[in-house]
Amino acid sequence: MGIPHDGSRRQFLVRSATGLTSAWMLANWPAVLAAHEHAHSVADSAAPKLEFLSAAQATEIEAIASQIIPSDDTPGAREAHVVYFIDRALTTFDRDSQSAYTHGLQELQSKVQATFPGKPLFSSLSSEDQVRLLTAIEKTDFFERVRVHTIMGFFADPSYGGNFEQAGWKLIGFENQPVHQQPFGYYDAQAAKEKDK
Amino acid sequence: MGPKFSNSTAVDFLIVGAGGAGGVVAKELSTNGFQVVVLEQGPYLHEDDFIHDELKTRNIYVHPTYGEPVLTNDHRKQPNTFRRSENETAQPYSSVLYGRCVGGGTVHFTGNYWRLHEVDFMERSKWGPIAGTGFSDWPITYADLEPYYTKAEWELGISGLAGASPFDPPRSKPYPLPPMPVKSSGILLERAGKKLGLHPFPAPLAVLSQPYRGRSGCQNCGFCEWFGCEWAAKSSSLASVIPMAEETGRCEIRPNSYVKRVEVDAQGRVTGAMYFDEKQNAQFQRAKAVVVCANGSETPRLLLLSDSKMFPHGLANSNGMVGKFLMFDHGTVARAIFEHPLNDYQGVQVTRIIHDFYDADPKRGFYGGGGIDARFDQYPVAYGLTGLPPGSPRWGAGYKRLLKDDFRRGMAIFTHTTSLPLESNSISLDPTLRDAWGQPAIRVTYTSHPDDLKTMQFFSGKALELLDAAGALEKWTFPIESSKGGVHLLGSCRMGNDPKTSVVNKYHQAHDVPNLFLVDGSSMVSAGRHQPTCTIQALAYRAADHMTRMAKSGSIKTSA
Repeated sequence: MGIPHDGSRRQFLVRSATGLTSAWMLANWPAVLAAHEHAHSVADSAAPKLEFLSAAQATEIEAIASQIIPSDDTPGAREAHVVYFIDRALTTFDRDSQSAYTHGLQELQSKVQATFPGKPLFSSLSSEDQVRLLTAIEKTDFFERVRVHTIMGFFADPSYGGNFEQAGWKLIGFENQPVHQQPFGYYDAQAAKEKDK
Repeated sequence: MGPKFSNSTAVDFLIVGAGGAGGVVAKELSTNGFQVVVLEQGPYLHEDDFIHDELKTRNIYVHPTYGEPVLTNDHRKQPNTFRRSENETAQPYSSVLYGRCVGGGTVHFTGNYWRLHEVDFMERSKWGPIAGTGFSDWPITYADLEPYYTKAEWELGISGLAGASPFDPPRSKPYPLPPMPVKSSGILLERAGKKLGLHPFPAPLAVLSQPYRGRSGCQNCGFCEWFGCEWAAKSSSLASVIPMAEETGRCEIRPNSYVKRVEVDAQGRVTGAMYFDEKQNAQFQRAKAVVVCANGSETPRLLLLSDSKMFPHGLANSNGMVGKFLMFDHGTVARAIFEHPLNDYQGVQVTRIIHDFYDADPKRGFYGGGGIDARFDQYPVAYGLTGLPPGSPRWGAGYKRLLKDDFRRGMAIFTHTTSLPLESNSISLDPTLRDAWGQPAIRVTYTSHPDDLKTMQFFSGKALELLDAAGALEKWTFPIESSKGGVHLLGSCRMGNDPKTSVVNKYHQAHDVPNLFLVDGSSMVSAGRHQPTCTIQALAYRAADHMTRMAKSGSIKTSA
């Protein structure tokens, strides 16, 4: 019997698990997981598009976001597509922040040009200079707004456009699943072992 | 799906609010043969709607301006105002938060299901008076409520271990289901508690540890607090009693129906309620009796909105007590990081609790007591925004390093403490601010009693001691402040024998109006140690029992 992977999938599982133990879930878990992952890959496959930010603005926002959650041996805000989350937020649930972004970026540009003559853009600065500049503005409403959006975009459900391939969740070790099983962590595993002795 | 009643049919009972209390009353009355309509301001959601989307579902605690609240009241449509005392002009502030969907707060609650103890019902007699407060005994005892606690536990499906706590009040039956599987946070609290000579025990929880009465057992997905249960394993009224009510064929749950006024006739008896339907059209549902189960903020508000020639200060408010003695949930939060991963986001929120400090102790020098639980409470977005220890970097490489290291190794200790009833703490109508339906907004006046603050300080210290004994590498807590709002909204239409000082009698019947009943947290005379849902639902079973008896004997005087 195939397991559907849309809204009715959950209904199917609820009905199927009724009257059964979690043993049923565990036995069927690989199929459930496959359905889950397929749904995600379908969601992920659409190429992201910008709706509010211009390509130039997006480059600047992405450069800031990449300093908030940098890329190193693990993906950062850039690989997590945080800029697409922000762009979508600005056209959906956080339209009120549009002008804060537009003005904030203009002010940032003036500050860049005043501090680093000959450098027209934040994204063209060296990483050290970017950090220096952001440290100087970290108390501003603009920076705080980008910081909050970046973190939200890094950790929110991938359906919002960020947290691409669950980059944020993978970083912290969070697995979003409809089922988990014991042992959950080190200490309960340890306690269960002691009990068995 | 239940039946549909026409507005012009005077149903036996009209219930306002399909939450933890309203669901129970609807089930009891309809199975006892009465026709029931339940008006619920929120939507009728189902398991398919309950998704692991933190931004959508839990956003209100992440950032108040993002997203649409799905399971709770929306402050942009239903704003509140707040002030510390009557001398101030209240300012807009999102103070009260409650479940706004069929199932109410039981859809998104953690599921801590604590009975009150015997002392809670007679604490005033035991402790003595506290100046400047309305500290009072209840008009009922624990023994009066015990059969209904048991009924609630068995009908709804509660997991726990009877006899595990030496502090538990007597019970006539064990829990219907064994406790939930213990998590690492539970093990750490248990070890620390025992080390300190305390008595940690398995948390009684409104979540099914095994399949029960046609519902699935919990699958440990971890999305309980602030989320609806996709498995119907959380024992919300939505998953348990509401389907039973609908199956009788005598109960209609009518969602998206926002009640504006309860109407009375010339004899001062209620005749039904005016409400706005989904399209914001005004409707009137006739009924022989009305039961308001709208929570401790909306119940008094609705009474105050229902003023009339006969009740110029609001329905059932001849003594001016409606809205007074509001008690918000007090408590503290401590967080800690341990050496090894706990993965505390898996499984139910809470698996072990401690009630050693439940009773007030004169040796502490102030009144107050509480309960302690170990829990997970920060999903990834909230964790990223506010989960790191104080003083941690807020962005950059250092921030990312901590993010990576701490999520799986963290846990929290929540404490739930007493709230003294003060007449000056209240729900009233704001004189200027209105909601999206044009109705006066809720105005909250609140200042925590000094003993409540001392109790929180005491419990904050206990939480840190426990985390220390558990071997935390790092632990921190937050400043204690006078409350500005809450999610447990209690005491605002208190029950009592004296019609001069209370709003309802011990059967939840309004002193002023014979066919009006108020059944929710507003009836509570004291707040216990919070986690009030168990008591609210036991009270609902008891109230429905008495309504049934009165209606069958013809002693509820209805409108002619």
